[in-house]
Amino acid sequence: MTPILFWSLKFALFLLAVAMLCAVARLLIGPSAQDRVMALDCLYINGMLMMLVLGIVYASDVYFGAAMLIALFGFVSSTVMAKFLLRGEVIE
Amino acid sequence: MTDSVLGPLPLWAEIVTAVFVVLGAAFAAIGSFGLVRLPTFFRRIHAPTLGATGGVWSMTVATIVYFSVQSHGIFLHAALIVLFVALTTPVTTIFLMRAALFRERQRSGDVPAAAQSDQAPIPKRMAEEE
Repeated sequence: MTPILFWSLKFALFLLAVAMLCAVARLLIGPSAQDRVMALDCLYINGMLMMLVLGIVYASDVYFGAAMLIALFGFVSSTVMAKFLLRGEVIE
Repeated sequence: MTDSVLGPLPLWAEIVTAVFVVLGAAFAAIGSFGLVRLPTFFRRIHAPTLGATGGVWSMTVATIVYFSVQSHGIFLHAALIVLFVALTTPVTTIFLMRAALFRERQRSGDVPAAAQSDQAPIPKRMAEEE
């Protein structure tokens, strides 16, 4: 691995960590419930991207399964929380 | 993929991978920074979609290039992630937007009123009416 790719991966991980910290900040200070749900949505997208970068770092394709699972559970949880905010109940 | 020979990659593949990885991470970081920076919810909801579109696409291009060159084949599993995110993010965003509009109307916030078609009662099924 050349230094170009090495430092690019390090820098990408740093940027994604900053992005996740921004999402966590909005999750903590969000004035309303829908802000917090949106911050959680952004947080799982960033975590999934971090999994993809780690897959390149360790040259392993096991991380794709983790990324797919994060995407799946993140979608389900965000949709269910938005549905809860909309009606006050999840299953009608 | 793991049983393939892990040799040094050609330089062009590493450069393409590096560029797309940094591009995707920058998309995600800018989108998440907008989440903190923008003033109201209805402006903030635009920001994370930058990471959900550009970020995921760039990162997927990087992983496809890297693993395809590494394994001397075509590695298309990562395209599944793009497909899945492209299908699910609009659903989540529409639900969240409807929830936010509903809650702002409950609080009598500064949002437009519900459309006429939204205020109509939900039609019952034929079997229940008879």
